Amino acid sequence: MQPVSHAFKENARRALEDPALQRALGNLRAGFPSRRAAAIARLPEFDALRDCGRDLKEHAIAHLDFYLEQFEARVQERGGQVHWARDSEEACHAVLEICRRVGAKMVTKGKSMVSEEIALNEYLSANGIEPVETDLGEYILQLRGEHPSHIIVPAIHLNRDQISDAFEAHHGQYGYNKRLEEPSELMNEARQVLRRKFIAADVGITGANFCIAETGSTVIVTNEGNGDLTQLLPKVHVVISSIEKVVPTLEDVCTFLRLLSRSATGQELTVYTTFSTGPRRPEDPDGPEEFHVVLVDNGRSQMVGTEFQPMLRCIRCAACMNYCPVYGAIGGHAYGWVYPGPMGAVLTPQLVGIEEAGHLPNASTFCGRCEAVCPVHIPLPKMMRHWREREFERHLSPRSVRMGLAGWAFVARRPALYRRLTGTAVAVLRALAGRSGRLRSLPLATGWTAWRDLPAPEGRTFMQRWQRGEGGGAS
Amino acid sequence: MSEARSRILDTIRRGLGRGPLPEAQQATLRERLTNPPRNLIPARALAAPERLLGLFRDMAEEAAAGITPLSRESEIPAAVVNWLEAQGLPASIVTGEAPLLSSLAWEAAGIQVQRRAARAGDQAALSVAFAGIAETGTLMLLSGPENPSSLNFLPDNHLVVLAASTVVGSYEDAWAELRRQHGSLPRTVNLITGPSRSADIEQKLQMGAHGPIRLQILLLAPSLEAAVR
Repeated sequence: MQPVSHAFKENARRALEDPALQRALGNLRAGFPSRRAAAIARLPEFDALRDCGRDLKEHAIAHLDFYLEQFEARVQERGGQVHWARDSEEACHAVLEICRRVGAKMVTKGKSMVSEEIALNEYLSANGIEPVETDLGEYILQLRGEHPSHIIVPAIHLNRDQISDAFEAHHGQYGYNKRLEEPSELMNEARQVLRRKFIAADVGITGANFCIAETGSTVIVTNEGNGDLTQLLPKVHVVISSIEKVVPTLEDVCTFLRLLSRSATGQELTVYTTFSTGPRRPEDPDGPEEFHVVLVDNGRSQMVGTEFQPMLRCIRCAACMNYCPVYGAIGGHAYGWVYPGPMGAVLTPQLVGIEEAGHLPNASTFCGRCEAVCPVHIPLPKMMRHWREREFERHLSPRSVRMGLAGWAFVARRPALYRRLTGTAVAVLRALAGRSGRLRSLPLATGWTAWRDLPAPEGRTFMQRWQRGEGGGAS
Repeated sequence: MSEARSRILDTIRRGLGRGPLPEAQQATLRERLTNPPRNLIPARALAAPERLLGLFRDMAEEAAAGITPLSRESEIPAAVVNWLEAQGLPASIVTGEAPLLSSLAWEAAGIQVQRRAARAGDQAALSVAFAGIAETGTLMLLSGPENPSSLNFLPDNHLVVLAASTVVGSYEDAWAELRRQHGSLPRTVNLITGPSRSADIEQKLQMGAHGPIRLQILLLAPSLEAAVR
């Protein structure tokens, strides 16, 4: 997917003015946070599990080379193959080679954000192989020629009439000509259409929530069962996973399973948690004859040892975006690439470059809810600040920002001047605000006052009040 | 591709400020992989054995699975027939080669049994769970001739026999039991918690997305003593 993150401001403005999107985002804000909160309230150990999850991921990353090699060795022992890919091109090529070797015409896909990241669908289509998304949300988006706007609920930005339109336009070829309105009817029609695809597919492609070094297993966590039909029925199962998904043992995965569903959908556990180890065994009556794992780096190895290393802990639960006031206002597409919300604001500049994605780490109020809900304690606001610093160091910030910061730095290094200026400013603002105590408009701050009033300062600075002995009862 | 492999591993090692892990450290980590320590397990999953069965039932029902309690294996065919009839389905099931099921009087119960992997159009499948996990009301099923994995996903209705004696508290307990009985993992291990669902359309939960629309657990608890491990 070609990033359009550089157009963030324009994307965000359009999103705010889109009534259908705003209606759909209301569903998100109403649902996820309360469901997560209810699930966590039932598990007193949740906070301790978060600490444990953080420590386990840090352990895995500190020994990532070792665990990747162990994982590879176990996959091979069980008759599977591991393909290493430095970038999107190598990853797509590896998948295409497998498809070509077995003469695949059509492949089914379970939901995989890494496959979005490497633009696998476009690659396969351009090479004459038809990819069919089978997750209901992803399927709807494929019909509409769109990309996901959320990492676990990809079609969160759509309302049902838009889905009705898409099915009506595309399902006639399968003999379904009646326009449907009810979610249950829409889902059932997709179920019938996709059933034929599951059975006809030559290759099934899934992502992985975890790769287990102990056993060489890959794990997917789903509610629909599409990922299972995708990997069970075709001759070949291809798993696409990024390198940081490796965890040591089955016991370690248990900790992440307890964190993931509760943080993501507020479920105790998702309906299907599936551990796939190698191809089918000689005595097995079903399952794939070949098992491949494509391990994708795409810039992640370069995060190891940097201030962005904690981002590699991410288990893709989406709690950070579900709680984010910015994501909740503009949705995922405004972020302009695969990963939206706070985790996307940190990851996207790493994967597509700060030149393209510099707006994203700036699109935050730093309210801190993302970090507060993160199941593995990723310091997201801190890492967004690191990106802002890098952007500044590389002279990528806008001139107005640079001049403003330079002016502030000049004054801040001169305490007497600083006090005099701030003292004047708060007094003037106080006087301007009058009795209401609020400013309806203010030059240089229209970005704020165009949408809301600015509460005026109380008239004196902290230092002035301190000197008058308003420091409280301490002395 | 081996060039990609060495480049990726080299970059990781450079980031970590070291070369390949020294042999002594590798040995420590290998020991951790061979004898995996347990991490924090919630108190809920450590409940007394006599409470685990009740917890399993509550959690499974909360996840929208149905439960049919049975006291003897011989009751299974009649229970299957009754349940199928209640759903308005023909008396026919697909199942695997599980010994527990093969000795039962299916013909006498008037039910057609086919022993094979699932195919498109199959309406109901019957499996035997390896374990039940009380913590979240989750079934653990193992692939193989006894329980082909396609039975878990392709038919609209999935019935699963679960012996109360195999209900454990935590996921960790189930893995321990799997390692003890089988040594290594089968091709597919399915943890199943309720029937298939999706909320992809306007966040409204709908049951039966791609997997079974209904999941019915036939809970075999011969007596209270047997239910207590």
